[in-house]
Amino acid sequence: MRFTISSDFACSREVQQKVMAEVEKHNYCDAARFAIKLALEEAIVNAIKHGNQLDPAKKVIIEANVTDQQTLLTVEDEGAGFERESVPDPRDPENLFKASGRGILLIESYMNQVTWSKHGRRLTMCRRNEPDAPAPRPT
Amino acid sequence: MPQITTPSLIIDELKGIYVCEFTSSRILDETNIKEIGDALSKLVDGRESPRILLDFLNVDHLSSAALGMLINVNNRVKQRKGQLRLCKIRPQILEVFAITKLNRLFKILPTREEAMQSFTTH
Repeated sequence: MRFTISSDFACSREVQQKVMAEVEKHNYCDAARFAIKLALEEAIVNAIKHGNQLDPAKKVIIEANVTDQQTLLTVEDEGAGFERESVPDPRDPENLFKASGRGILLIESYMNQVTWSKHGRRLTMCRRNEPDAPAPRPT
Repeated sequence: MPQITTPSLIIDELKGIYVCEFTSSRILDETNIKEIGDALSKLVDGRESPRILLDFLNVDHLSSAALGMLINVNNRVKQRKGQLRLCKIRPQILEVFAITKLNRLFKILPTREEAMQSFTTH
């Protein structure tokens, strides 16, 4: 599945529904479904808001490859990119009261593999269809 | 206070505590989150020591934007020297709070009764 949408949350909602419908077809366990839904939501919102800066002229490309075993997702924006290492840890005491900055932590916690490429504009993530698949917990 | 109903919340006042029950199972999208944030802010702003209880029984998904909204509400409550409690959070959602360490920021209790009893009077 491949979708190209403008930086619009209504469009992203449709894409998420289509991807999750595909996940449902493959009888994913509850934990994997929860993880994929959350990570996809966070990835697309980040791409629209922080990547494309809500610019409706800029696109977000979403690809989903769903099998019985795993779901592979890529989300790519047309923004300026970012360095993953430069994003502060929202769990640090000085950041705990801040209202934003938790999307990446959730993606990396719930997906089994996460890779940033194209200077942070492209996110590739994979979640296996396993109830107790150990999600990496970045420290 | 009569019951207040919004598209995503039912708000009752019990013993001076605003009990807010989420009616939608997903606190995800921007419109939904803003509506909830606005409704909760109205309970806080202009009040001395507001006491607010959020009941998560019906919530099975929430995003980092929803967490941000809850943090903003918590900050406003603290500014007014009030108290905020969260209760009946499902294990999957509780894990989101734990991963982000927000379980240390918010006072989370298993049941509504325990949450009600945890409020202190000034």
